Amino acid sequence: MADKNRRFEEIALPHLSSAYNLARWLTRNDHDAEDMVQEAYLRAFKFFDSFRGDDGRAWLLAIVRNTCYTWLKQNRVQELHDSFDEEEHAEADSGSDPQTLMLQNADKRLLDLALETLSLEFREILIMRELEDLSYKEIATVAGIPLGTVMSRLARARKMLRDSLERVMQEK
Amino acid sequence: MNCNETRNLMHGHLDKEIDLVRAVEIEKHLEGCAACNAVYSQETAMRSAIRERVSYYAAPQWLEARIRAALPKQGKKAIDYRQPSLNWLGFAASMAFAVVITWGVALHFNAASEDELLTEEIISGHVRSLMADHLADVASSDQHTVKPWFNGKLDFSPEVLDLTTQGFPLIGGRLDYINNRPVAALVYGHRKHFINLFIWPEESREKSLVRTKTKQGYNLIHWKDSGMAFWVVSDLQEKELMQFASLLQQPATAQ
Repeated sequence: MADKNRRFEEIALPHLSSAYNLARWLTRNDHDAEDMVQEAYLRAFKFFDSFRGDDGRAWLLAIVRNTCYTWLKQNRVQELHDSFDEEEHAEADSGSDPQTLMLQNADKRLLDLALETLSLEFREILIMRELEDLSYKEIATVAGIPLGTVMSRLARARKMLRDSLERVMQEK
Repeated sequence: MNCNETRNLMHGHLDKEIDLVRAVEIEKHLEGCAACNAVYSQETAMRSAIRERVSYYAAPQWLEARIRAALPKQGKKAIDYRQPSLNWLGFAASMAFAVVITWGVALHFNAASEDELLTEEIISGHVRSLMADHLADVASSDQHTVKPWFNGKLDFSPEVLDLTTQGFPLIGGRLDYINNRPVAALVYGHRKHFINLFIWPEESREKSLVRTKTKQGYNLIHWKDSGMAFWVVSDLQEKELMQFASLLQQPATAQ
């Protein structure tokens, strides 16, 4: 039915920029992001009949993320291996004042760079939380991780970003 | 609530994801603990830095149109993804294409002979690829595998499109030698037929009209765009080959 197209476009197309933003941060370039988003929408359309929920954005972003990961696996497999071990890195934050100062001085370019050099799982969770304002529940859906893991991974991601920012500011 | 518990739940508090009772307890602890308060301020600063200063990449305006055009249009019956289905947009495009071709053929009727040699070379390239069982040097239906394969082999980077959903699956790519230069040959399938698409750069960036030819039972379609020459050759019927050629031109028009 042509009705399916209309319903799909009503549910999926309003989230085009969210989809693109996530794909752009995962692939780190415009051209691949464009391809990923288009492919994700075609996949989403194909599986639209199985969409039952009310959260179209989380559903779509999960497909965008899967599409990007499949592509990364085929084209940039080393990025997926650049993983982390939560236990190994667990440590307390220092909370020193110089870090707050550093944040105030970090410009847009350095922040982008610090986030770009973060490993995938940290990068994506920060994008989902801070730029897309997804709830923990939505993040768990999109990233396919248990709800209980979301908070600890976010905490790690913020810490990693601070470290990364420190690195890029030293290299400046 | 002690320092440890506060640090553990701090991010949930920051993200407003914990219940009210614990939120109040955390607030109470932060008031009385300078160390935890410092950590919390730092997290808050980090959070606003990301929200305010990290790039948000909005989708380019044309992407929505491209996606709408790429979505399968549903007719009265359910779409079978293995069968090529001609959506109305594709149909409209090929009609427009046919008009352009008719016009182009009429305009270039006399000038056509200069391409005669090239036409033969293209057909030879196509026949050779089928005869020697050497369709593709890189056999992949993934455009992101085929495109980078040409890196370092050619002095240009051909656009590789995956047209599987439109009924023309990508089979692979190879190098060929045509018009006294190495060229990119992309191979597509359609039912049991093969299509060779030859691409090479031209000196002039002038856009040419689309021309069709039939020779030795093969159909050819040729055009120039954005400094590239495109030759499509196959034993496929002219109408289907035109549909294929119009698909290659669609992304450019959508942009």
